[in-house]
Amino acid sequence: MVGSTSHADTDRMITVENVTKRYGDKLAVDDLSFNVKPGIVTGFLGPNGAGKSTTMRLILGLDAPTSGAANIDGRPYSDLEAPLHEVGAMLEARAIHTGRSAYNHLLALAQTHGIGRARVNEVIDMVGIQTVARKRVGGFSLGMGQRLGVAAALIGDPKVLILDEPANGLDPEGILWIRTLLKRLAKEGRTVFLSSHLMAEMAQTAEHLVVIGRGRLIADTSVDEFVQRASSGAAVRVVSQQATALRDALAAKQARVDSVERGVLEVHGLSGQEIGEIALAEKIVLAELTPMSLSLEQAFMRLTGETVEYHATSDDDNDDLKAAA
Amino acid sequence: MSASSATLEAPARPAVVRGRVTQARVIRSEWTKLWSLRSTRWTLLVAIIGMVGLGPLIATVQMNRWNHLDPGDRLHFNPINTGLGGYHFAQLAIGVLGVLVLSGEYSTGQIRSSFMAVPKRLPVLWAKAGTFATVTFVLMLISGLIAFLASQSILTQHHVQTSLSHAPALRAWVGAALYLAVLSVLALSLGAIVRNTAGGIALFAGLLFVVPGLAAILPTSTQNAINPYLPSVAGTGLLSGTRDAYTFSPWGGFALFCGYTVLALVIAAFLMKRRDA
Repeated sequence: MVGSTSHADTDRMITVENVTKRYGDKLAVDDLSFNVKPGIVTGFLGPNGAGKSTTMRLILGLDAPTSGAANIDGRPYSDLEAPLHEVGAMLEARAIHTGRSAYNHLLALAQTHGIGRARVNEVIDMVGIQTVARKRVGGFSLGMGQRLGVAAALIGDPKVLILDEPANGLDPEGILWIRTLLKRLAKEGRTVFLSSHLMAEMAQTAEHLVVIGRGRLIADTSVDEFVQRASSGAAVRVVSQQATALRDALAAKQARVDSVERGVLEVHGLSGQEIGEIALAEKIVLAELTPMSLSLEQAFMRLTGETVEYHATSDDDNDDLKAAA
Repeated sequence: MSASSATLEAPARPAVVRGRVTQARVIRSEWTKLWSLRSTRWTLLVAIIGMVGLGPLIATVQMNRWNHLDPGDRLHFNPINTGLGGYHFAQLAIGVLGVLVLSGEYSTGQIRSSFMAVPKRLPVLWAKAGTFATVTFVLMLISGLIAFLASQSILTQHHVQTSLSHAPALRAWVGAALYLAVLSVLALSLGAIVRNTAGGIALFAGLLFVVPGLAAILPTSTQNAINPYLPSVAGTGLLSGTRDAYTFSPWGGFALFCGYTVLALVIAAFLMKRRDA
């Protein structure tokens, strides 16, 4: 690529190093470090108010970090000479003048980089807003606005994409469209970094996850590992005709065993492997042995439970949580 | 292509030609932005109508009442001030639009798109100031000329007209456009500093219209000391066919007005570079 002089090890990488952002008394991002690699979709997860949007604004040079550094290709965003060719971004909060048409908004963006009108029409077609392109953005539905945001992000054919809650306000067809688009863009070798507070959506789109809560890193793993990690300590479901005998044998190994129904046990504190070995030693026949893995949604709730900024108060909320909230 | 981008499945053709951000390109972008808003077109139309229409209207009224005016008024009648009187109205429209050029971007969030495209930020400010000042200057120069010529032809009724071959008249005509162009940059800078439309317009109106009113209720000696330094007084010396005592020379006053504007622009630039968007 013209002017691409970056080192191979940081090519198309987003690197966040010990970034802290404080707004007055409020600590929005707290010593956060992670990397986002090219070629895959990386999901940026966290409850509302966790600092996702702030982190993205820091990466995009819109806000300055209180300390630490966020770089793209090893350079701060503000040092990029042709940022729209390097990075395409869509922020959650609308970043478009409501009085301008979609076409003119995209044209004005394109002109800063000398990009022609042909490309403007191309991205309009790409996101499917041809029929409303000449209308004022103020009258757009949320879904149309999101599509325009994606068009703006793609205008410079960037190597890195940063999208804040791109699926927000899209109908099911739109969600499928953006999921397919993002996967294709990642497959082309681009870096795709998108935030969401919806796990189910992320499970179907992302391969890698960066999870934050209250501005701090909770996990930086693959989707599979994330679920596994959150599932550790989860129960193993065992079905056996000799449930009572098995129960005694497992209890002798300090496992906590719950009888769910006749012949079905839920075992905590032992892995499936260990349970199988104990059953073999006791000559107990097992009909079923299933680690109860959590869904991504459950895993997320489990890991971020204590870090949710705003949550409804319920009776069983413990006092520590209340004090922290 | 760098070596590692071999992993990138190269598209059949490059999607776009890759260029850098330059000041000239940012100016083109701001030109598009300026004209693609309905508010710009309407407000500029209002400024033009005010500038073109008011002078001839005042001239017509004066000529109809000419025989009823007292001799002193007739003696000191000023055909230049009459012809270019529309600037009083035009400056309000230009000022409001100037504030909106930046406050509108902040209130809608557009500024984030602008800064993502131009992360150095200041080229956006320079481009906005440059395009808006140029548009204002050209439109007001043409409007002022039409107003001046139309007014003078009305003033021929009682032979009190002047012409552009008269040096103060020429200076007033060009001066009106210059004053309004610099004023547009002042208003734009205030919009960038306050980042809020209501606040920006209040600050602009306060500076241009309220402060002179307050100065007027001060004791005469204090008033005479303060008056020449008021932006509205310093800036409009160029436009006047007459010169009041206790004011700077027309170009001296204009230089001071430019100084205020540069100061506001520098503060705006400093804050734009430093503040979170």
